[in-house]
Amino acid sequence: MRVMAQMAMVMNLDKCIGCHTCSVTCKQAWTNRSGVEYVWFNNVETRPGQGYPRTYQDQATWQGGWVRTRRGRLKPRSGGRIKRLLSIFANPKLPSIRDYYEPWTYEYEHLLTAPAGEHTPVARPRSLISGRDMTITWSANWDDSLAGGNETAAGDPILARVSERVRQEYAKAFMFFLPRICEHCLNPSCAAACPSGAIYKRAEDGIVLVDQDRCRGWRMCVTGCPYKKIYFNHRTGKAEKCTFCFPRVEIGIPTVCSETCVGRLRYIGLMLYDADAVARAAAVENETDLYEAQRSVFLDPHDPAVVAEAQRSGIPEDWIAAAQRSPIWDLIMRYEVALPLHPEYRTMPMVWYIPPLSPVVDVLRDTGHDAEDAGNLFGAVDALRIPVEYLAQLFTAGDTAPVTAVLRRLAAMRAYQRRINLGEPPDESIAASVGMTGEQIQDMYRLLAIAKYDERYVIPAAHAETAQGLEELATGCSLDYEGGPGMGGTGPFGESSGRYAPIAVENFRALADRQRGETFVDPADPSRARINLLNWDGKGRPAGLFPPRPPSPRRPEESPGNPPKESPGSPEEKASGSPEEKQ
Amino acid sequence: MNTVLWVIVPYLSIVVFVGGLIWRHRYDKFGWTTRSSQLYESAVLRWGSPLFHFGVLLVLIGHVVGLLVPKSWTEAVGISEHSYHLMAVFLGTVAGMCTLIGMAILIARRRLVGPVFAATTRNDKAMYVVLGSVIVLGLLATVRANALGDGYDYRETVSPWFRSLFYLSPDPEVMAEVPLGFQLHVLAAFVLFAFWPFTRLVHAFSAPVGYLTRPYVVYRSRDPHPGLRAPRPGWDTIPSSGRRTAAR
Repeated sequence: MRVMAQMAMVMNLDKCIGCHTCSVTCKQAWTNRSGVEYVWFNNVETRPGQGYPRTYQDQATWQGGWVRTRRGRLKPRSGGRIKRLLSIFANPKLPSIRDYYEPWTYEYEHLLTAPAGEHTPVARPRSLISGRDMTITWSANWDDSLAGGNETAAGDPILARVSERVRQEYAKAFMFFLPRICEHCLNPSCAAACPSGAIYKRAEDGIVLVDQDRCRGWRMCVTGCPYKKIYFNHRTGKAEKCTFCFPRVEIGIPTVCSETCVGRLRYIGLMLYDADAVARAAAVENETDLYEAQRSVFLDPHDPAVVAEAQRSGIPEDWIAAAQRSPIWDLIMRYEVALPLHPEYRTMPMVWYIPPLSPVVDVLRDTGHDAEDAGNLFGAVDALRIPVEYLAQLFTAGDTAPVTAVLRRLAAMRAYQRRINLGEPPDESIAASVGMTGEQIQDMYRLLAIAKYDERYVIPAAHAETAQGLEELATGCSLDYEGGPGMGGTGPFGESSGRYAPIAVENFRALADRQRGETFVDPADPSRARINLLNWDGKGRPAGLFPPRPPSPRRPEESPGNPPKESPGSPEEKASGSPEEKQ
Repeated sequence: MNTVLWVIVPYLSIVVFVGGLIWRHRYDKFGWTTRSSQLYESAVLRWGSPLFHFGVLLVLIGHVVGLLVPKSWTEAVGISEHSYHLMAVFLGTVAGMCTLIGMAILIARRRLVGPVFAATTRNDKAMYVVLGSVIVLGLLATVRANALGDGYDYRETVSPWFRSLFYLSPDPEVMAEVPLGFQLHVLAAFVLFAFWPFTRLVHAFSAPVGYLTRPYVVYRSRDPHPGLRAPRPGWDTIPSSGRRTAAR
């Protein structure tokens, strides 16, 4: 047994409203640069739909993931080492920019420079790839919420695998959203496909990263990843991928996509696993056994033998404690409601999903049934084969039994809690019918519905006992910006050559102090206080929320609508919190 | 004049080549890439790129054998000058033509496909001129020597001179007698070597042969310092009990 720790995520799809906040904040944080305009480390797909890039799940075409050889071993579906090296000069299975979409901007300049004329000038779309005018025909979410109807949904490779009847009925039956990031697999096929060895799995937390200094742009990883979550930066010629926001996770705060998720549907925590068992589990013969095989790799952090072994492997105490509190462990192993995405790719993905029950509930409600009743829900889960078959293609390689079991548990929780909400006595038979106790159902309900920030994100900080705050001191050159005399930006050998502009590893406490701080930025000028409205609970008036009032005797009668005039109030007055006493 | 062309230029070129590579590797690991344009255009690349690259690899092997292996060695193992020459001319011309055609396809693609042309830097264009002239001059010299005359045995002149560069006792006089075509080819090649470290051609030195022997999945420990900046002297991190470095 070789115990390793893995940072993992679970997403509760019932809660996803498809608002794309995760995608947008992720893009702002990581891929808001030239060369990666088309890159979405996090994207939200509508199912049924083609996904991003289009039809990426069709591995017969794109050749991602692993295949089991006749001798029971694994090799990348796109070919072994020699075949990879022979096709290195032109990767035959690389998605082209058209399989993503051609990024564009608008010719805003024209709005200002157009001569006066009869018609209002328009900003025409202009390709960011060729620089020419273009017609927009596809984009990252062109088929959002089933836009395009059957025409685009018919291109869904998953839909092609379920029956014809299902295919026709499907779009009418239901739709859900699937947010996707890199899976940070236990058995990453992108890393296996990288000729340079630039893609590595971090030994401490299992995050899969691309070493930008060692990547040589051979593009094999793009093919190797079955989730197509490695992207090629066409300006720098390097591969880029979701980093699990490692600078944030290292200091104990969740990824940007989780932090900003409106539905609070993401959970982050540690999983301990046996690294020696991964290869065997990933190579089990039947694809439908892969879900159970992956579960068998996880180690119970409450088991003293595992804890002892983890200590021997050098996993710090606080990490073991975090693994014991991990919401991921609870959702995957204790409540058994989370399922892996496409286990049949044999990469052992570590971003798992709680399949959505809401489509079933919607159908029930639409047909006039009581959608909260356990009997109705159980019946519907069994009868509505369409969603179950589709979900099974996504999460269990087509085996409907685990999906049905999960949906029944979610249905049981719904019915059980309804009785409690209505003040009726809890019905233990509902819990028993899905093999749980009432107490377990309540715990699961708590975790799924009302868990607070620090229960959803149990992230131990990385152990770098060092003065991280120094990173943010002004150690860089202030002239080092794009086009500046400090030679930032484009280097002499193409886009972004030369040394890095470092990512500031923000010291969490320094950041928090600054956000919550109510001290003045400039003590000499009290009008420039720093107030973080996000931390304001609406009660009272924190000092500095409004500019200081003029010291006039009529102050108490002043109406709130009457803004106080600019006046240099003294800092002492501000510090005494004089505006607050009137509230 | 001979000393300048056949002693000073080659040594200068080699110094710039080696020094430039070391400097670039230290200064610009991030810029060290193939800068592939396959994302923009794939159909033409699939023909042109393998044709060029496999051709140029064969050409490289031919040059290594022709320049570094002394004539006496091949004769010692029983390969006569005539049969060597036939083989070299035949294989060399085939490989050279592959390279040339591949390069022509790639250059045409680079000029004609909008996005690829937009991603072409001035450095790239200069590189294509130098690389193209080396290949064309080499092919011309070979074809002319063999089509007009009965071949030119460069292994009597160019090869000993080339090897003598590495013994540090170069003999420029031999090169003065070599036909002009070969002279130009050699000089262009040294210009290319001097230019090499400063172009995208550096990717040739990251040919991933290690892939054949390494395990599929690479594990690495977290960098000991936070962020991406190397720690400055005096700000090195305090080792934290060697945590996790042994865990594999």
